[in-house]
Formats: sequence, structure tokens, C-alpha cells
Amino acid sequence: MIPACRLADLPRGEAHRLDIDPPVTVFHTDDGEVFAIDDTCTHQDASLADGWLEGCEVECPLHASKFDLRTGAVDAPPAKLPVRTHEVVVQDGMIYVELSTDAPNLPPCIAARLAGGPV
Amino acid sequence: MRTVAVVGASLAGLSAARSLRSQGFDGQLVVIGEEPHRPYDRPPLSKEFLAGKIGEADLALEQDGEDLAAEWLFDTRATGLDRERRAVRLADGREVRADGIVIATGAAARTLPGADGLAGVHTLRTLDDARALRDDLALGGRLVVIGGGFIGAEVASTAYALGLDVTIVEAAQTPLAGPLGEAMGRIVSALHEDHGVRLLCGVGVKGLSGETRVSAVLLDDGRVVPADTVVVGVGARPCVEWLEGSGVALDDGVKCGADGHTSLAGVVAVGDCASWYDPRVGVHRRVEHWTGARERPDAAVATLLSWGAAEPGVLRPPYFWSDQYGVKVQFAGHAAGADSVTIEEGTPEDRDVLAVYRRAGRPAAVLGMNRPRLFTRWRKQLAAPPS
Ligand SMILES: Cc1cc2nc3c(=O)[nH]c(=O)nc-3n(C[C@H](O)[C@H](O)[C@H](O)COP(=O)(O)OP(=O)(O)OC[C@H]3O[C@@H](n4cnc5c(N)ncnc54)[C@H](O)[C@@H]3O)c2cc1C
Repeated sequence: MIPACRLADLPRGEAHRLDIDPPVTVFHTDDGEVFAIDDTCTHQDASLADGWLEGCEVECPLHASKFDLRTGAVDAPPAKLPVRTHEVVVQDGMIYVELSTDAPNLPPCIAARLAGGPV
Repeated sequence: MRTVAVVGASLAGLSAARSLRSQGFDGQLVVIGEEPHRPYDRPPLSKEFLAGKIGEADLALEQDGEDLAAEWLFDTRATGLDRERRAVRLADGREVRADGIVIATGAAARTLPGADGLAGVHTLRTLDDARALRDDLALGGRLVVIGGGFIGAEVASTAYALGLDVTIVEAAQTPLAGPLGEAMGRIVSALHEDHGVRLLCGVGVKGLSGETRVSAVLLDDGRVVPADTVVVGVGARPCVEWLEGSGVALDDGVKCGADGHTSLAGVVAVGDCASWYDPRVGVHRRVEHWTGARERPDAAVATLLSWGAAEPGVLRPPYFWSDQYGVKVQFAGHAAGADSVTIEEGTPEDRDVLAVYRRAGRPAAVLGMNRPRLFTRWRKQLAAPPS
């Protein structure tokens, strides 16, 4: 499990990005729930931490794809692939992320970079 | 409502079809589209697709295996709407009768008079346009872009990255002054010169020269700009000719209320062809942006299915993005009518800016260059109801 940040340091409606590879973002919803998903939009290279958080959905800051934070499912295009979700544990005021072992759905340009190919 | 016909099978039409099903419409759904293609995404046509970074399959707007239980009529143009028979007439003589009609015929690229018939001259609106332009850009050489609007600017940026020699000719003194205002139009269009793309402003185009293929663009002031390929990016006009005489009120597109209703009951319009009343600014405005074509069908379909009884929700201010030379440009709100613009963060010289437009002290619009996080905050604030 990776420690993300203190719950008290992440106000409701805010997001915290973990600079791991690929990056993961923790969201604290207005209702007080905490979710973690891959930070990169599955459509194109954009950071979902910069996106528009509303209810249990985040909208990509660039092209407005929407993802369900609970399941990672695409709620609005242009994205077609779900974003990977991670388990969150809050213990003694600290948010921890248990990284998923599933393969991430990264957009074409990032996937190529991680595979060591041309960008 | 037993049958709904959606005319136009692109983003707005597909979004309407999805909204119909998600809002519980289980009757017959017919989607009529002039193009031979299934719904595809246009923004990449001037960006990643034109650059050869993504292929045609990546443009699909539908999810794998998505099934809206609709009858899709591709390669089929609607030629009229018959209010008495409640029918959409098709070019092949058939008609589709429907209780409800969604107009989503979008817009078409405007052309230059006299540019027909010369090889190497392009407009960019459809997949077929983009394929043809991509093939010509692959030949390299000199590209002249007529019009310094967003599509012209994006084509210039993509062609520059492909190694072409690029010149933009813009009739106005400042490109993008309409959507962004003078000051910010100047800052965003400075990206061209940053990259050695020539920008000729305040000069009109007299004509094109060439035998079978274009060889130069002739300017009003007598200058001759040599060209191997020309892109005409002088805006788009709404595709509403087919509605003339139908009783659907037209005024720069289909005139609609703030909930998408038209002058005919049971007919709504969405996307680039529709000019919705915007209560925030008190005028009808045709918004030609992706996000509007994606979101507004939700509201229009609620209007259609309730015969106008649904409360219109509050729309978010118009939003669009543009990618040029690796810079993410984002804009939300209305620049027209703003009386001040201030740079809240960043520096114009670094092409890294967040600027806020205000009208009588209240934020009216926001522009970001490579500032997605802050931009989203401002965009949310603009969308919040006035307190
Ligand atoms: C090259 C390019 C780049 C763009 N980039 C951006 C961007 O970066 N950001 C942004 O916000 N927006 C961008 N846009 C705008 C965005 O793509 C449009 O706002 C969006 O496509 C509008 O969707 P629509 O369904 O209303 O219309 P359209 O996409 O124009 O679709 C209308 C469809 O209706 C069909 N049709 C027309 N007449 C008839 C008829 N009589 N019968 C049957 N079918 C008919 C047409 O063939 C077409 O398929 C871009 C557009 C282009 C062309």
C-alpha cells in the first residue's frame, strides 16, 4: 500500500496526484468519499486530477470525457476505455492506495512511451 | 411518442440517440446521416489524425458493441421536413414518418468563390476532407492557410510539425479576435510566429492561381504567395437549407429556445446547426463546439419527450479547446461584451497564461494556455449560479 496524503489535507472536492508511473489520483468527493484511479485520461494525455469533479464522476479537463470514480466506467465520450481503479484505505487519518494489478488503459501516446517506443 | 427521427449522424445526433434511450424512449428510432461513415470525432481531423498519429478506427464515437436499437440510414440526405405529414423527406424519394424529430445536421465548411476545380485546394470538415488533405501534406512543400481561426491555426500547427513551410493569410488585423477578443487573440496567434509560421494579417485574398493544381494565392494588396497546397479555413455555415419552407424558424441556424425547442412542436435542434437562446447573455447564439454538441442533446431530448413540459436545466457556459504547437488552449464563457481582461497567472511571453474576462466586475469568460487545473476552477466558477 502506498501512503497518499492525510485525509485532513485533502478537502472535499479536491484531488491529489501521486507522481508514480503511471500516475494515480486520489479524489475526495463532496459527499466525503475517497476514490483512487489512474490519473491519465484513457483518451489522450490529460491529468484527471485537473478535471471537474462532480458527485462520483470526474470530467477530463480537456475533452470532457467522464469517468465513474467507483467503477472507472466511461460515462461520456470521447474516451472509450474505462480508467483503472485502485483500492483506497483510510487508516489513522492517512489515505493509502492499494495499486491494482490490472493492466492500465493508457492513451496511445503514453502507452507507446511506457513500452519504450517512439512518442 | 412512438417514433423519433434524428437527422444528422455525428456527435449531436449520436448524443441525442443515446439520450433518447437513456431517458426511457423505447419506440422506433431512425438516425439519418448524409455521410457514409458511422459517427466519428472531428477534432482530431486537424490534429492527431492529420498528423498521422492516430488512425480512422480511433475516431469512432461509439463504444465497442454499443447498440442503441436504432435504424441507421447512412449515405442518406434529408431534403425536407413535412410538418403536416410529420415526415422527413429523403433524397432518394423515401420518407421517414416520425412523431418526434431531432435536427442535428451540423455545419459545413465555407468555401472561397472560384476555388472549385483546382487540385491542392482543401477545406476541412469531414473524414474524407482530412484524408485528402493528409495525402497532400505528405507531399511536403509550401502550405498556405486562408483564415487564421481555430481550424486554420490547427492545420498550420500540424503542417509545421510535419515539416512544411507554412503561411497563414488572415483578413482581420488580429486572428481569433472574434472568439477571444483582440488582446488574447494576439497572444494566442503569436504561437505561429514563435514557430516560424508566417502570419499575414489585415489582407484579403483576391484569388488563386494555377493551371490544374494551385500554384499561388493572390492577395488584395498585390502580393503573390506561392503554394503547393491551400487550406481554406474561413468558417462554417449551418446545414439547414433542407428546412427552408418547412415552418422551422431559421436565423443563422435553427432558432431554438433555451431547452432546444424549435418553432414546431415535436421538433428540437442540437449541435452546430442550432442557435439556442442563451439566458446568460440574453441572445440566441450558435455555438460550434464539441462540448455543446455532446451535452445539449440531453436537454433537448427531455424537451422532446415531455412535449416541452420539462424544466430546462441550467447549461454550462460554452467551452472549447484547441491544440496548437503543443499548447493546450482552453476557453469558456463569452468574450463579447467583456469590458476587461486580466492575466491572473503566467506570462504571455511564455505562452502560459490564465486570463479572466470580466463584465461590470463579474467573470464572463476564461482563457487558459497550458493551465488545465486552474482553468477548470475558473470554468466551474463561471458555471455556478450567480450568488
Ligand atoms: C477539423 C475540426 C476540428 C475541430 N476541433 C474542435 C476542437 O478542438 N474543440 C472543439 O470544441 N470543437 C472542435 N470542432 C467542432 C466540433 O467538431 C463540432 O462542434 C461538432 O462536430 C458538432 O457536432 P454536430 O453533430 O452538431 O455537427 P457535425 O459534426 O457537423 O455533424 C453533422 C452531420 O450531419 C450530416 N448532415 C448534414 N446535412 C444533412 C442532411 N440534410 N441530411 C442528413 N445528414 C446531414 C453531416 O453530413 C454530418 O455528418 C472541430 C471541428 C472540425 C471540423
